[in-house]
Amino acid sequence: MYDKIFPPKRLALPSGKVVAEKRSRTPSVLVLLLIALYFSVEFTGFELKILIDRWDEFFFIVLEMIPPQWDYFPRIWQPLIDTIKMSLLGSIIGSLVAIPVAFLASSNVVKNRLLVSSTKVFLSILRTMPTLVTALIATFVFGLGTFAGTVAIFIFTLAYVGKLLYEQIENVDMGSFEAMESLGMNRKQAFRYAIFPQVLPNYLSTALFCFEGNVRYAAILGYVGAGGIGLLLKEGIGWRDYASVGMILLMLVVTVFIIERVSEHFRKRLI
Amino acid sequence: MDTIEKQLYASPSNRRYLVVVTAIVLLLFIWSLTTINLQNVEGSGWKIGSSIIAGILSPDLELLFTFTTQGVPYLLVETIAIAFLGTIIGSMLAVPLAFLSASNVVPKPIAWVTRLLLIIIRTIPALVYGLMFIRVTGPGPFAGVLTIALVSIGMLAKLFVDAIEELDTSILESMTSIGCTTFEKIRYGIAPQLFSMFLSIIIYRFDMNLREASVLGLVGAGGIGAPLMFAMSAYRWNEVGSILIGLVVLILVVELCSNRIRNKLVRG
Repeated sequence: MYDKIFPPKRLALPSGKVVAEKRSRTPSVLVLLLIALYFSVEFTGFELKILIDRWDEFFFIVLEMIPPQWDYFPRIWQPLIDTIKMSLLGSIIGSLVAIPVAFLASSNVVKNRLLVSSTKVFLSILRTMPTLVTALIATFVFGLGTFAGTVAIFIFTLAYVGKLLYEQIENVDMGSFEAMESLGMNRKQAFRYAIFPQVLPNYLSTALFCFEGNVRYAAILGYVGAGGIGLLLKEGIGWRDYASVGMILLMLVVTVFIIERVSEHFRKRLI
Repeated sequence: MDTIEKQLYASPSNRRYLVVVTAIVLLLFIWSLTTINLQNVEGSGWKIGSSIIAGILSPDLELLFTFTTQGVPYLLVETIAIAFLGTIIGSMLAVPLAFLSASNVVPKPIAWVTRLLLIIIRTIPALVYGLMFIRVTGPGPFAGVLTIALVSIGMLAKLFVDAIEELDTSILESMTSIGCTTFEKIRYGIAPQLFSMFLSIIIYRFDMNLREASVLGLVGAGGIGAPLMFAMSAYRWNEVGSILIGLVVLILVVELCSNRIRNKLVRG
């Protein structure tokens, strides 16, 4: 297609042979990017002047956060634990439910085309919904509080782990699966003994990785009323009590850092 | 007992380790169950749930296909613009930070400090940045662009560092041995190795930024999030349905395109 619009350059070699050199795509891609850049600047009202004039306002807030208000800690403790619990529960249930869903979505195990593709579409629609929007809907259905947040995290984990898991199942070595089937096992048994052990380490590592990310997501879910530390964050910012916000953020950074270290340790052992 | 069986039983048993880990996970699971309280679940939940589904199934078609500033197409374009501009600014800022935190480029202490900074940047939720930037630029998509730029730095720089640390240095050695200058080494030895990796990472991040940009509206930083929020709090589920459909279609299409481009980039 591209070569028809910009025909390749013909070069005659000393031997008389004519070869075609394809035109580089870089210039046209660059032009497209510049056009996109121009329109984005128009649409978003990006102005460098405002940024240069007022960038210090951003650091004004950052400076207000330092030093954080240490005696705010007892109030943060409970919501922080709630946040961790929410993401833990959502991640565990989500990754467990992801196993049968991923089984149904892998085209090499399930032979029913319709079932496979509809499960895949279902998973990708779930995945495209931003977590905050899911949480917002969940607060309408399940009421305010941690349960709505847990549901939102559950849905995200299901979609994310499910997708990665069915991709791994589809890329698995099918030889042992066929061998098990030829021994007289049915598809479920063959899946259990031939495929599951192959994808298990990767699955656990994905689930852990997802849990890490979920702690971060869970921290903001409270913003829409879905429980956890986000509610305090919203309050603090609303009242311009930036020292408390600083304390919350500090605790959050420390918690996420610890969880990341622990989960990285286990993920390294798994692979 | 034949040889195969002997081999089977000779494999090191890590049952105790497995049992302990499983027990810990189970304990954590039970512990986290205590957070669930169903008191807030009201009987009206089912009604609202079914009306949400009804709204998504019968979306407000007028809103979905009008091209004014209120319509879904305009809002989606605005969201794309926020994500695009934010990704570009973010990646420009992330490249120097990545080189500063690569332990094979700069001394260890500098790398360590930069990494700590990146972790802090990565952990603070996007909404908080959004609220901070609104103070700088006032509410609107401009604040969204700056937020996306800052949020993407953390992940971009981390992935860039991985690419930089996996750099094949034998190419540089061979270039030194045939007498290349430092500039030539960067231009022909390092840039070609990193460029396609970086581009692929940036496109991946653009994909994620689109999702981030779609919720920034909740704090007034432009994009499709604000109309979504308003429609929801006013229980206008038909509008919610049309906005969600637009969003899901957009994100799916962008993801498809970005996966294609990235596959091409990685395979050369």
